[in-house]
Amino acid sequence: MIYAVIWDNLPYLAEGAAITVALALTLLVIGLVVGTGLGLIQAYAGWPLRLAATLIERFFRAIPAIVLLFLFYYGISVFYNISAFPAAALALGLRSAAYQSQIIRGAIAAVPAGQLAAARAIGMTRAAGIRHVVLPQALRQAIGPWTNEALSELKDTSLAYTIGVVELMRQADYIVSATYGHQLAVYSAAAVVYLALSLAANWALTRADRRLAVPGLSH
Amino acid sequence: MTDATRLRAEHLTKSFAGRRVLDDVSLSVAKGEVKGIIGPSGAGKSTLIRCLNGLEPLDTGRVWLGADELTARKADIDALRARIGFVFQDFNLFTHLRVADNLMLGLRRVRKMDAVEAERCARAELDRVGLADKWQAWPAELSGGQAQRVSIARALAMAPEVMLFDEPTSALDPQSVGSVLRVMRELVAGGMTMIIVSHEMAFIEAVADDVVFMADGAIVEEGPAGQLFNTPHAAATRAFIDGIAAAHRGEATTP
Repeated sequence: MIYAVIWDNLPYLAEGAAITVALALTLLVIGLVVGTGLGLIQAYAGWPLRLAATLIERFFRAIPAIVLLFLFYYGISVFYNISAFPAAALALGLRSAAYQSQIIRGAIAAVPAGQLAAARAIGMTRAAGIRHVVLPQALRQAIGPWTNEALSELKDTSLAYTIGVVELMRQADYIVSATYGHQLAVYSAAAVVYLALSLAANWALTRADRRLAVPGLSH
Repeated sequence: MTDATRLRAEHLTKSFAGRRVLDDVSLSVAKGEVKGIIGPSGAGKSTLIRCLNGLEPLDTGRVWLGADELTARKADIDALRARIGFVFQDFNLFTHLRVADNLMLGLRRVRKMDAVEAERCARAELDRVGLADKWQAWPAELSGGQAQRVSIARALAMAPEVMLFDEPTSALDPQSVGSVLRVMRELVAGGMTMIIVSHEMAFIEAVADDVVFMADGAIVEEGPAGQLFNTPHAAATRAFIDGIAAAHRGEATTP
């Protein structure tokens, strides 16, 4: 009975889903921190730093995710015994940083120049003005495009399957092997879990966007 | 320089893309003095006033606030700017902060006041511009005149030694202009040192001690308000003032 197959293996699917969520959250945090740094550098730093940030960004955007995963897992394994989860978090996190830096950079450019001028006019340093005036406005503007990026990365965690992270997709594969079949039912169950996770993430981020919105300002 | 000089600029020059926007401009304002700067659009008035607090970099020239030189190589430009109030044409209120936090940001981050002292100071300034009831409002909820008064309060909260106004009423609807000019008149009455770039000729004539007429990046004429408006020496000044007066009477004119 196919329902019994899904029911009996629900704990494994849940375990896989938990790893998927953990990987998505870890890589998004890495991406947000590094991506904000890269975006700030691209928006404000002198040309040597800007060039370096742009090269990093282009590198991680140009190379396929699977190649990055293999580089960060098998490649790093040559000199350091890295396990699959941190390798996947780093590879996908840094790739996400490249995409997020473009979101942040665009959002910074969308903040009118007068905002930083006004901060400087009351004696704030450039850094303080960026931190307390420009960045809070930019990050708020970024929530919309950032939602797309987060959902995209949530789905791309399934690529970590290829280096052996036991996330949702690999658990589904294990179940198919263990039960000699039921591919349609098991992969459908995995699809439903991805769908549920995506909808939940979308709902949470849309809610955040609305709660953090500044009255009278639409973006 | 006398002890009474608050802000002094000497031989300022600046070019944008090969065009000279400031051409050897010198200017000073004494403690308690109100200086008006008038002139046609593109004369360099806004560039000049933005150079006075270092918001625009200069090509050459020097600026002093009291005895401290802003243009000195080792000047702490941020600390000096905190002593100069600046009011923008389009207000530039921090859109992500409520009125209260617009006023308190500089007090907390620059003046390093504690929360209680910053709130007391900010409330006093908001009250001074007649908007105590807007404490919790967002900038986008204010009318233009209210927003400009909040931005004046934000500048005043820093207890500046001199206030610079860059066309403070140019972005306002006619009904709002009066409320902003009223606040500025009160500052004049309170003895504030001010430099005002404005197209409000009647206002400048009424409140300014001294008026500067600029054209093409240079000072054409400077003198006491009554003299400059009524018996200007330079033909260009006379043409500009006559043009404005004609425009007010509704005659077709090109000032």
